[in-house]
Order: sequence, then structure tokens, then C-alpha cells
Amino acid sequence: MLNIGGLKQGVVIDHIKAGGAMEIYRYLNLEKLDCSVAIIKNAKSKKMGKKDIIKIEGPLTIDLEVLGVLDHTLTINIIKNDEIVEKKTLTLPELVTNIIKCKNPRCITAAEQGLPHKFKLTNRENRVYRCVYCEQKFKG
Amino acid sequence: MKHVINALDFTVEEIDELIAIAEDIMMYPDKYSEVCKGKKLATCFYEPSTRTRLSFESAMLSLGGSVLGFSSGESSSAAKGESVADTIRMISCYADICAMRHPKEGAPFVAASYSSIPVINAGDGGHNHPTQTLTDLLTIKNLKGRFSHLTVGFCGDLKFGRTVHSLIDALVRYNDIKFIMISPKELEIPDYLRKEVLDARGTEYREVNILEDVMPELDLLYMTRVQQERFFNEEDYIRLKDSFILDNKKMSLAKEDMFILHPLPRVNEIAVEVDSDPRAVYFKQAKYGVYIRMALIMKLLEVVPC
Repeated sequence: MLNIGGLKQGVVIDHIKAGGAMEIYRYLNLEKLDCSVAIIKNAKSKKMGKKDIIKIEGPLTIDLEVLGVLDHTLTINIIKNDEIVEKKTLTLPELVTNIIKCKNPRCITAAEQGLPHKFKLTNRENRVYRCVYCEQKFKG
Repeated sequence: MKHVINALDFTVEEIDELIAIAEDIMMYPDKYSEVCKGKKLATCFYEPSTRTRLSFESAMLSLGGSVLGFSSGESSSAAKGESVADTIRMISCYADICAMRHPKEGAPFVAASYSSIPVINAGDGGHNHPTQTLTDLLTIKNLKGRFSHLTVGFCGDLKFGRTVHSLIDALVRYNDIKFIMISPKELEIPDYLRKEVLDARGTEYREVNILEDVMPELDLLYMTRVQQERFFNEEDYIRLKDSFILDNKKMSLAKEDMFILHPLPRVNEIAVEVDSDPRAVYFKQAKYGVYIRMALIMKLLEVVPC
């Protein structure tokens, strides 16, 4: 495997479905962070065959809950002092608020900017989230 | 207090109860003529819809109540930038119940979240129109006497027609119901309806594009308007439009006890000559619409006849 240096402090987002790293990169707005970010695509995986990995250096204040909505198979490792101090496996939250946005131009959220963007999980198996207002399916 | 945002907010039992009230109102209207005396219905229509608004107003007046409201966004404080949440909190001070029509999907849901009075969704964009679905259900129940053991045809624009989607959603909950979808390829039912509603329920259905072929099988035919702007090109529209026009020739293939429904307004998809056929019940449907709205208002206001 391509060798990327270890992390002293930061987050490793592992087990991303192969090809999904850029989607997560965009949703976390990582391009706006002033820290090192490594994206590893198509890394070999015993469990998945191929996977993507993102390594982010430095303390993170990003809400990582969004990732369960985008890819429920991924894992999150929190690194401190060169060690994994926390291993998170995301579950799909029943309701997500102000994490993803409704893109339906006919939705009331498009007209009233002050409304929170809320999505509910309507099909766990297929990871379907729908806007609570217009019921439009969320497409990443 | 309960709000009505989606026809599926009601269980099958609650729909049965509403229909029973509506049928009793049809038989004994005098019994109900004052049950809402002193109560006020606010019709908050952010976009014009004369038929639905008048149906709600007629329903409340027939119950002895009174009505107030506005009939377009321009004549409401929305034109000044007021949010739906603020408007409904104000309306809650003036009325006992509110029927809301809004061009944006989900607006009545927002209103219900902030309201201290029951909110009825009177249509939100292309999303939900629960009182139309309840109207369709009352029409079917009253004319056919059942929701089960029926073959229901849906014809026309099945892709964008919210009344079709909503009625299918409501009918799949009954036993032995079969659907035949009749539409051009361009206007077939959306994929989510196939997968998440029909296939998920194991409901029997098939999709065809010639109306004549299936006419003899149908117990009910729900017609909708095919709009030219839905087609990619005029050639396709011209080629297909006549296949979905119901006339006396096609009616001659139908069962004697089959009924034609239509949410109206109709343009040319049902020839005027069909209107005199006793199986054409689309104008009666409008009357059923008033009865079911009367039952709904009573249920939400928790009033009963003396």
C-alpha cells in the first residue's frame, strides 16, 4: 500500500466505500481546513476488497455525524499522541438536523431560509433519508 | 388535537370512521347543520384554488360555522415577508381550525408544528392533497361499497399526478386490490412508487399504454389530464394524446358498474359526450368532497351532533 505518514493528532476516516472519499471530503468542507489532509483511494481491504481512507491532521471541530448519512460502513478513529484513543462506528441517526440540505426548489425550506433542514431515516436498509417537509429523497 | 398533512396520517380504521360520519351527513344533513355554531374556519390560501377553498367554506357553513381567510399570497402578510410559522400563530388567535394551501411543499407541516389549532393541508405544491384523497376514498366507498376486491385503472399523467400517487398510497392498504396503470412511457408512475409502495406491499399491478385493451377489466377508472408540456416533443404528444382520451366508444367496452373518477379540472381527456353516462361520477365527486371535509372538520374540532 502507498505509505502515508502517521498522525500525531487527528482523525482517520476508514472503510469508506471505494470511490466515496471525495464525496465525504466535499461534505466535510475539508478544502476549507488549514491542515494536512490525505486521501487514499482504492486501498486494499480484507473486509471490503477495496476502500478509501481520509486522514485529517489536527484537532477537529467538525460534526462527524453527517458521515453516517453518507456512508454507514465507514469507521472513525480519533488519534491522540500517535495512538487511537477512540474508535467510532457510525450508526444511522433517525433524524438529522442542519447537516444535509434539501435541494428541492419547491420545498418550503427553499423559500424560508430560517427553517432548520431536517431529514428523517425512512429506509434503514437502503439508507434513505427524506426531508421532513417535502419528503424528497436526499441524494448526496 | 391532530393535524392532517398527509392522507396516510389516518389509519384504515380512522378513514372508515370519517367515511361513516360523511355518509351519515349525506343521509341526515339537518342533524349536523349547527354542530360547529360559533366555530371559525380560516382558509389560508397562498395560491388560488377556487374549488378546494369553496369546498372547505361550504363544508364549514353547512356545519353552522363561519369562515374567514385569504385567497392568494399577495393578499396575505406573506407578501410582506412573514413566515408561515408566524402567520399560523396569528391565525391561531382568530380561528378554531385552519385549511392551508401553499405553493411550497411542506408549508402546512411547518404550520402544524407551530399551530395551537388543527391545520388541514389543502394542497402543498405537487406534494400532498389529503382532502382530495379522502374525497376519492369516500366516492369509491359510497359507489362501490368497498375498497377491497377492486381493479382500479389510473390513466394519463401518472408521473406528476399527486392525486394518483396519494390514492395508490391509500388503497394499497386494502386486500385484493389490483392496479392497471395506463400512460405513455414518458408519464409512467415514478420508480419510488413501484419499489417503495407497490413492490414493497406485494400489490398486483401492471403498466400498459392502450386504454381500450384494459377497459373491460376495470371496476374504477381514475382519469387525469395529460399536459402537452410534459412531453419532450410535440410529435410524441400528438401521437399519444388521443390514446388517453375517454369517449363513448371506449366506454362501450367497460363494465356496467364501472365508475369514472377525475380530480378535475378536466381539459379534453374526457369527451363531453361521456358526461351523460351514469358511470361518469366526476361531478358527484365534488359533492363528496364537501361531505368528507365536513366530517374532517367535525373530527378535528371534536364536535358531535346533539
